[in-house]
Amino acid sequence: MTLLPNRRQALAIGASAAAAAVLPLSAVPAFAANNSADLIKAFTGGKTATEGKVKLDLPEIAENGNTVPMTVTAESPMTDASHVQAILIVADGNPNAGVATFLFSPASGVAEANIRVRLATTQNIIAVAKMSDGSFFTASKQVKVTIGGCGG
Amino acid sequence: MADVKPRIKLDKKQAKKGELVEVKALVQHIMETGQRRDASGNVVPRKILSKFVCTVNGKQVFAAEFEPAVSANPYIQFKFKAEESGPVVLTWTEDGGATIVGQDSITVT
Repeated sequence: MTLLPNRRQALAIGASAAAAAVLPLSAVPAFAANNSADLIKAFTGGKTATEGKVKLDLPEIAENGNTVPMTVTAESPMTDASHVQAILIVADGNPNAGVATFLFSPASGVAEANIRVRLATTQNIIAVAKMSDGSFFTASKQVKVTIGGCGG
Repeated sequence: MADVKPRIKLDKKQAKKGELVEVKALVQHIMETGQRRDASGNVVPRKILSKFVCTVNGKQVFAAEFEPAVSANPYIQFKFKAEESGPVVLTWTEDGGATIVGQDSITVT
């Protein structure tokens, strides 16, 4: 058991914590330029993804980076002829960009999934949807993270 | 892990054919990322539930692959289109192959 900090130490800890709290949240991500582009390229086979049809629901500010709720939806009739096959989610500021891949079929009825994710720092979440006709659509959203969630 | 019981909730137990059924599921798992270090400074190895599949009456309706960025005690919410009555089976597979299975059912009229 460590000793409780004495009054002088406690004030010093408090002051530095207060200083850290007012740092701007738009700082460069700690894991700048991670493998997000590689994962997206592997998923699309190098094809360009068009912006649109995909909707990412994430909080603007995540108080706890350990558990950030995320919903992704992709518009589609979800018929045999035209449906979403998969949606890839990557986080461009985590030590590893991969978050999840959701697999759909016409039996899914709608291309939608909701999970909770770990975010290390303020960063962009990018969703790429693969359609049954071979086309790709994408959307991204920035999440400001106050307490990082990568166990470090 | 056979004793871990997932919590599963369907928003309806009976559905008309073609209706959407919403599934919410929660399973207890540490989802060890492989990023943490123990007290000696050694990396705690990754151990997560990396695959999830939902079948209705034996037919896959939704699946997911998870990376360590998925939060501990993973929560998942998704929908499927009611087609056939039958068991709704949710299976999570851990790195290494161990599985956690939960089941509910849907009646389609």
